[in-house]
Amino acid sequence: MALQSLDIARRSATTTPPPAVRETTEVAKLIDVSTCIGCKACQAACMEWNDIRDEVGTNSGVYDNPADLTAKSWTVMRYAEVEEKGRLEWLIRKDGCMHCADPGCLKACPAPGAIIQYANGIVDFHQENCIGCGYCITGCPFNIPRISKEDSKAYKCSLCSDRVAVGQAPACAKVCPTGAIQFGSKEQMKDYADKRIGDLKSRGYDKAGLYDPQGVGGTHVMYVLHHADRPELYKGLPNDPGISPLVSLWKGFAKPLANVALAAVALGSLFHYVTKGPNEVSKELEDELEKEDAQ
Amino acid sequence: MQVTRRQFFKVCGAGLSGSSIALMGFSPAPALAEVRSFKLARATETRNMCPYCSVSCGVLIYTTGDKSKNAKADIIHIEGDPDNPVNRGTLCPKGAGLLDMVKSPNRLKWPEVREPGSSEWKRISWDDAISRIATHMKKDRDANLVEKNAEGVTVNRWNTTGFLASSAAGNEAGYLTVKILRGLGAVALDTQARI
Repeated sequence: MALQSLDIARRSATTTPPPAVRETTEVAKLIDVSTCIGCKACQAACMEWNDIRDEVGTNSGVYDNPADLTAKSWTVMRYAEVEEKGRLEWLIRKDGCMHCADPGCLKACPAPGAIIQYANGIVDFHQENCIGCGYCITGCPFNIPRISKEDSKAYKCSLCSDRVAVGQAPACAKVCPTGAIQFGSKEQMKDYADKRIGDLKSRGYDKAGLYDPQGVGGTHVMYVLHHADRPELYKGLPNDPGISPLVSLWKGFAKPLANVALAAVALGSLFHYVTKGPNEVSKELEDELEKEDAQ
Repeated sequence: MQVTRRQFFKVCGAGLSGSSIALMGFSPAPALAEVRSFKLARATETRNMCPYCSVSCGVLIYTTGDKSKNAKADIIHIEGDPDNPVNRGTLCPKGAGLLDMVKSPNRLKWPEVREPGSSEWKRISWDDAISRIATHMKKDRDANLVEKNAEGVTVNRWNTTGFLASSAAGNEAGYLTVKILRGLGAVALDTQARI
């Protein structure tokens, strides 16, 4: 039971199956966009808990600060001003890793053990095994991982796997003063989302719904959206996210092909050795050549 | 050790093919991983109050060590107190960043005085600070206390000095603040909420 405070479901670039008998409750974080006030307590709590402090940036004229995710800002609030039915709507979305059930980053990762999916649904990066290739960024349908310029390793939200492993909620969920971030089992979160969606519908948001995209097998960070039919309103939340075809082209086609080519070369060399043998130079020829060299 | 050219190539070839085979998945690593260990496992937990606004959210302050004689406590983490009815574990962004206020290089850690006419702040001891404040208060009160109003009714008003109390004071501290200041006749009394 060494190295196992959480059971794991998948390990990047590893073919050995993980222990699979114990049943772990799937966890989820629910972000209710309709009750978020954009205070950024989650951003502060995230940095505090994870011991990361981003550089102080510059004001770009909008509330987004920092302007984008970085290796030291694992979550950022994205503020969208949208006109709906003649009214201005200020849509605020907490962006960060969605902890996909079918994680594109893990599929794309060539470094064994750099990306782990735990049985409870958390997808975590292990920087000690990361080689900094950046394939996880290509693989991610939500454009979340960032490579640090300091150590050339990829970083992103861990859903506070260290807190969850000891039975605590992630720092962002615990801190949220309006209760816009909830944490619990995936089932509980879906029930809670249903209640919120019912409330929003009764207030005239008849397209309100849950964002749990099936293109990536569902996510362990879900959103309650007032406009679930148009997630792109929320600063480009993808409508139907899926893993880039480049990843399956590489992992499903190019990589096996390269393996076959390597094996063919090895087999060919063996065949050549057996049939032809090593290239022998007779003593006479060697002496003759040495004589020529001496001249 | 004498290595011929031929032996050198053999060793290189063997090494290369060995590592290639390992990389191709013939030497699989076990599917194991561990999370970052929980950083508060045996830290000392202390209840306190957020010092910012008048909401006075409860916080838990985590320090290193177990309060034993030789282990110097250092604050490593602060988060909301789930048992405090005011905030039930939540905090605002300022409260969530309290650790950096504690560790701020700009934080005032001792009493300082700027004498009249001086542009320099000078560090003084707590004893000096308390005596200095008491002296100023007494001088001002002796000069300006209004004992009776125009109708001759005893009022004992001290209108020339005010007092700003802590926003995070509990009931007991609030009671003492009012008791002492009203006893002296001070009328202007407020908490520093929202400063």
